[in-house]
Amino acid sequence: MGILPEQVEALLETALVSELTVVDPSGRPVTHPLIPLYDGELIYLTSSILFSKKLEHIKANPKVSLSITDPAALEPGQIARVTIQGDAEVDDSDLHAGWERVLPLWRKKEPAIDFFLGKRVALPLFFERSVIEIRPRRAFLWEDGRTDRPPQVFDVEPVLA
Amino acid sequence: MRPKPELIARLEERFGHAVIAYVDADGYPMSVATDFEVDEARGTVSLRAVAGDAQPPQGERVNVVFSHIRPQPGVGYDERRYVSLWGPLRQTEGGLEFSPEDVQHWDEEEMSFFEYSERGVPQAKRYLERVSAETGREVRPKLSFGWLFLRATRLPFLTATFVPILLGIAVAAWTNGFSWWLALLTLIGGASIHLGLNVANDVFDTTSGADAANVNPTQFSGGSRVVHYGLLTLREITLLSAAFYVVGIGIGLYLCATRGWDLFWLGAAGALLSVFYTAPPLKLVHRGLGEIDVFLGFGPIMALGAYYVQAQQFDLEPLLASIPVGILIALVLYVNEVPDRPADAAAGKRTLPVRFSQDVIVKGYAAAVALTFALIVVFALAGWIVRPTIIALAAAPLALPVYRALKSSYDQPYALMPAMGKNIQLHLATGVLLILGYVIALIADGVLDDPPAFLT
Repeated sequence: MGILPEQVEALLETALVSELTVVDPSGRPVTHPLIPLYDGELIYLTSSILFSKKLEHIKANPKVSLSITDPAALEPGQIARVTIQGDAEVDDSDLHAGWERVLPLWRKKEPAIDFFLGKRVALPLFFERSVIEIRPRRAFLWEDGRTDRPPQVFDVEPVLA
Repeated sequence: MRPKPELIARLEERFGHAVIAYVDADGYPMSVATDFEVDEARGTVSLRAVAGDAQPPQGERVNVVFSHIRPQPGVGYDERRYVSLWGPLRQTEGGLEFSPEDVQHWDEEEMSFFEYSERGVPQAKRYLERVSAETGREVRPKLSFGWLFLRATRLPFLTATFVPILLGIAVAAWTNGFSWWLALLTLIGGASIHLGLNVANDVFDTTSGADAANVNPTQFSGGSRVVHYGLLTLREITLLSAAFYVVGIGIGLYLCATRGWDLFWLGAAGALLSVFYTAPPLKLVHRGLGEIDVFLGFGPIMALGAYYVQAQQFDLEPLLASIPVGILIALVLYVNEVPDRPADAAAGKRTLPVRFSQDVIVKGYAAAVALTFALIVVFALAGWIVRPTIIALAAAPLALPVYRALKSSYDQPYALMPAMGKNIQLHLATGVLLILGYVIALIADGVLDDPPAFLT
C-alpha cells in the first residue's frame, strides 16, 4: 500500500504505457507516451537522451501530469482512467547506469527489457537514460472510464522524509 | 507545422481515443482521455465533453494527443504511432470542437524505430553538452570495453580476411606444405590491416559528413558510428587505426624479411588499396571503385600473399581459387551500399548503387553470383583448382533470398537487413567450402595410394 488510492495504484502497477504531459518554455503542454513505474511513493519514468527535449522542459518547469488512458495498455477488465499531477525531478547523475536502479520495476512490467538491454551495443544512445521522478500531488480517477462525468479527486499527502 | 488533411482524416481509423492536455489554473498540466470524431470537411475534431474539475479551458490552445501501441507480451511493442496536435478548443452544443493548427507525429510503419532514434542523435548530443555544462564535467555515452572494441573495429567482418588467407594457406598446403606459425602470423597481420581499414573508413566517413547524413544505418552498413555517437573521439579512432596499420605492416615486413621480398610489393599494393579505399586523394569508394578495391584486397592479394608466405613463390592456382571469394566479398560491399546510398550521395560518395538504378544493381548482383559459381565449376572441372572444391556450389542457394530482397525491399533498409546478413553468409559458406575442398583433397592424398581424379 502506497501513498495513492488503491485503484490508482492498481492502474500504475499494470499499465504498460502512460502519457506524460510537460510544459514547454512557451507554456504549451506537450505529451509523450512512456512506461510508468511505481514504488509506492514515487512514479518513475525513464527517457533516452535521444528523446530528451522533455527532460529539458521538466528542468525548466517541474510541473507535470501523467495519464493512464490507453485501453490497450491495461489489463482486461480495467476500465478506470486516471490522471496524476505532480512535481518531477530529472536524475541524470549517471546516464549510463544510474537508471538501472529502476530496472527491477521495469523488468516486472516489461520482461523483454533484458533482451533489449542485451542488444545495447546496437543502440548505445538509447540506453543512455535519465530517470524522471514524479512526486504525486493530486490524482483524478474516473472509475467507470467515463470522463464526461466528474472524476474523484484525491489530494496526496506529502511523505515526510 | 500544419497537419496535412489526410493525417486528420485517418485519425478515427488509426486511433481509439484522444487525450486533451492543457495547463490548469495552478500551472500544472492536466490531461483527460475522451472519445472523438473527425469532421473531414472542416478539418476539425469533435471531442466528447469533459466534466467537473477536469474540464479544459474554452477558447484556449490545447494539446490533443492520439497514441496507439500494441503490447506484445515478452517481446515488446509494435504498431507504435502517435499524433500530437495543438490548436484552439471551443465549446459546442454537443461537446468540444478542436481545430488543429500544429502537429508532431510518428508512425513506425512509416519510419522505423531505428531511423526515429537515429534522427534523435543531434538532440542527444545537445543534451549531453547541457548536462556537461550543468555538472562541470564532460559527460559522454559509454559502452563496455569489449562492446566498444567490437563496435569500433566491426570485428565480425574479419571473416572477409580469414576466408582468403585460409584459402591461400590451404592451396599452399596442397601444393607445397605449410607452417602453423607462419599461418598464424599471416592471419594476425591480415586481420590488423583489415581492422585498420575498418577504423580508417570511419575516420573519413566522419570527416566527410557521411556518418552524420546517414539516418538509416544497419547492423551491416553505415559504419561503426562510434564518433558520431560520441563514444570515441576522432583522435582516438585515428590512433586506433594507425596502431592496427603499424602491427599489420610490422608483421608484413617481418614476413618479407624472412620469406622473400617479392611479398613486399603485394603487401604494399594491399596496404595502399586499404588506405585509399576512403582516403584522399584517390578515395576509390567515392569513385565507384570500392568493389574493385575490395575484390583485389580481400581476394587475390590476401590469398596470394598467404600462399607466398608458405610456399615462397607465386602460382596461378591460389589466384584462381581466390577469384570467387573476391567477387563475393565485393558483392557484400555492393549490397551493403544499397541502404547507404542517400547518405553516400549527400557526402559525394558515388558508389555503384548511387550511380545506377535498382534494375541495374539487381541484375548486376545476379550476374556476378552466376559468374562466381560458373568460375568454380570451370576451374574445378579443368583441374586448375582441386576438384572437391565443386562442393562450394552448395552455397549458391544463399544468393536467392538476397536477390529477392534486392527486388522487393530496395528502399527499405531494415527489411533488407536479413538479406545483407545472408549475403555475408554466402561469402563465408562459399569460402569455407572451397577450403574444405582442399582439405578433402589433402586427406584423400594422405590416406589413399592412388586417389581418384575427382578427389584431387
